[in-house]
Amino acid sequence: MADGIRDKVAIIGMGCSRFGERWDCGHEDLMVEAFDECLSDAGLEKSQLDAAWLGVFFDEQNTGKSALPLAMGLKLPNIPATRVENLCATGTEALRGAVYAVAAGACDVALALGVEKLKDTGYGGLPERTKGTFEDLYLPNSTAPGAFAQLASAYAAKYRVSTDELKRAMAHISWKSHQNGARNPKAHLRNTPSIDDILNAPMIASPLGVYDCCGVSDGAAAAIVTTPENARRLGRRGPLVTVKALQLAPSDGTEMRHDSWDGSHTITTPIAAERAYREAGIRDPRRELDLIEVHDCFSITELVIMEDLGLSPRGEAIRDVLDGVYDADGEVPCQIDGGLKCFGHPIGASGLRMIYEIYLQLQGRAGERQLPDPRLGLTHNLGGIPIRNVAAISVIGLHGA
Amino acid sequence: MSGYGILGCGAYVPLLRLPRARIAEAHGWLNPARAAGVRGERSVAAWDEDALTMAVEAARDSLRDLVAQVGIDRVQLVSTTPPFADRSNSGLLAAALDLPETVVATDAGGSLRAATAALRQLAADRAPTTLLTASDRRLARPGGGAELAYGDGAAALVVGPGEPLAEILGSAGLTRDLVDHYRATGEDFDYAFEERWVRDEGWFALVPDTARAALDAAGITAGDIDRFICPAPARVAKKLAKLIGLDDAAPADPLLDTPGHTGVAHPLLQLCAALEQATPGQRLLLVGFGQGADALVLRTTDRIGKPSARTGVAGHLARRREEHHYMRFLSFQGLVDIDWGMRAEHDRRTAQSAHYRKRDAINAFVGGRCSACGTCQFPASHVCVHCGAVDTQAPHRFADSRARVKTFTEDWQAHSPAPPLMYGSVSFEEGGSVMMEYADFAPGELAVGLALRMAFRIKDIDERRGFRRYFWKPVAAEPPQEAR
Repeated sequence: MADGIRDKVAIIGMGCSRFGERWDCGHEDLMVEAFDECLSDAGLEKSQLDAAWLGVFFDEQNTGKSALPLAMGLKLPNIPATRVENLCATGTEALRGAVYAVAAGACDVALALGVEKLKDTGYGGLPERTKGTFEDLYLPNSTAPGAFAQLASAYAAKYRVSTDELKRAMAHISWKSHQNGARNPKAHLRNTPSIDDILNAPMIASPLGVYDCCGVSDGAAAAIVTTPENARRLGRRGPLVTVKALQLAPSDGTEMRHDSWDGSHTITTPIAAERAYREAGIRDPRRELDLIEVHDCFSITELVIMEDLGLSPRGEAIRDVLDGVYDADGEVPCQIDGGLKCFGHPIGASGLRMIYEIYLQLQGRAGERQLPDPRLGLTHNLGGIPIRNVAAISVIGLHGA
Repeated sequence: MSGYGILGCGAYVPLLRLPRARIAEAHGWLNPARAAGVRGERSVAAWDEDALTMAVEAARDSLRDLVAQVGIDRVQLVSTTPPFADRSNSGLLAAALDLPETVVATDAGGSLRAATAALRQLAADRAPTTLLTASDRRLARPGGGAELAYGDGAAALVVGPGEPLAEILGSAGLTRDLVDHYRATGEDFDYAFEERWVRDEGWFALVPDTARAALDAAGITAGDIDRFICPAPARVAKKLAKLIGLDDAAPADPLLDTPGHTGVAHPLLQLCAALEQATPGQRLLLVGFGQGADALVLRTTDRIGKPSARTGVAGHLARRREEHHYMRFLSFQGLVDIDWGMRAEHDRRTAQSAHYRKRDAINAFVGGRCSACGTCQFPASHVCVHCGAVDTQAPHRFADSRARVKTFTEDWQAHSPAPPLMYGSVSFEEGGSVMMEYADFAPGELAVGLALRMAFRIKDIDERRGFRRYFWKPVAAEPPQEAR
């Protein structure tokens, strides 16, 4: 019986580029920016890397296929390099590859790097892409905000709350992330709109206004992992940050085809969460988790994810959000770095960006936004759209915590 | 021997209505005299409707009372505005209706008389059971009389042996190249000659003799006719009635105030309206006009007036949503070049081989029903979404199912010719859930739980390659009936 990867792998270095509309940068510039920080944070030489994983989502948009853009861009010394893609869970998937390789003993030191260069389309929002030869024939020409907005219609109907009530909680979610993002020098959006600004913003896909949507950003993030023993051998001092759990749950088609799903939540997140909590030995996530970074691509996503992660009881996320449970000074600070909402969402990098924040917080290196003595954090990605998605969860904590 | 005639009838008129006053408002500056006299409103096909989609809806309406009883042997799609010049429009119609592939499907057109001519021929041949559809979505240059006069719509008749709603007693026709109007192949717009000449040398000169010949063929006299169905303005029809010797009260509503002249469909649309109002034993005289004339005499049977599941002309005319934007009307017809932004540049090329593999799913909205657990699902797949059984799915058609809104949004970011793009997950009454694009809704109308039915619509238009693809879209089961 597999016993999971809890504490088998340590993160010994991380880097993250500034996120934003990096008009002057291509994917290679962004990769180098994140990698340089990561390598120097780890205190290693490039020659000490044994293998690498690259995460890119829109390969046809920016970086291209395969891991060659990474291998050639960083001039990696012909080490094994693999490109992974799993929608918005791509960054976490890159880390998963590196962590599993180390845990398996296949290599000592592995690199995971995620990058996305989105801002070359010439228009706002995510790029328009084909869904495939068959699916283009019947699926609506949906957008990401439109696909996630569906959650709000079903949630409001299920719990009999008015759209106005739901919108107020959604606005608080975005307000909180802007407050947090303003204290993060690497964040894409550092402005601090008021609740009224948020509520009165132009509609993108009802009920999502422009402030209910995350930034579409360029950026890269990277991690170097090894075993805790090797970390010490490599001279790593101070508290070690280790991986407590890495779990993945993709849809099985139920959401798209079967009526047992009511559209008000995600099926995959609770499944991935349950596995991750078990792997990490977490019994009461609301009490045990000191901070969380979740997939707040849209405000409504964050709201339903609070329930899907088992942090708020079903139907009570609105109350918890408005009570400030997830604010910076709340019970479970969420998106302390600004989240996808304000740090930004360069898709392939996002999972690693979330882990970067947990990593900094656990080591007391988060500057102005540092939380008091966190020991355990969780990251969550929701790749795809509610009707078909990939939920990815990582639990990251101090070694021994 | 059983009778021969109209076994079923149905109609389709788009939900959108553009008051002619709104057209006049836009063009008053260029022709104040024409603008001053307008009344009524014209039907407007939405961007995702064309002669084919309207024919499908009319056909479904005509089959509503008799799917179980009648096997369709032939399908005809008569249109002067078919979406494809070389691709069987009627074949796609048959596919959308999920008719057997052995059905004989033919396209016809070429004249506004083509539908009445086709009906005459079916009767003359005592042809096997035929679904005769007529549908037009004619373009008109902004500012002209045609823009005011035309409407969009379709009608369908099931014609054959059996126990008809109305028997066809006799008919006559005349073919003469009187060019009242024409449209060259590949052109968008009609070119019409002076109305007064068309009236005197066309309607008044050609129709009475043809009508009398039809009455002779039917063995009845003009005085026996209860209803005169003629796709001409009321004053022209009234004079024709007098010339033929019909009762003053015989002319039926020309349906030109609303929905406007629906082209080749119009005489059949009028016939459907007349049959909806008829009582048993009535005699009808139906006229078609266009480079000659057709006349048919029909007699209603005891089957007329029975309760019907069809929406019909009356039902479609009661459904109404006012189009408030003349510019949107132009845009729906491609008559104004809107700046849709870069998202509209997305390539909508169709992989014909993929479409062919999935033709039942796309054309007929056929998914699967798992024989192991009974779960209905779309699209059909090898592995059941519910119980996981492999290769247990029998074809299951969702096109005629009732459904409800599970989720929805109004998306202003997505490209749509009719923003906002509205879509969401739809729950079918027999089970199954599909994310679909809603049609014919206005912002603010969608709600979770709202009742839906499926309509065959244009899914995407590939401007670059002159192709359009179709799929089914949920529309309101109870469409709006805005007061005028």
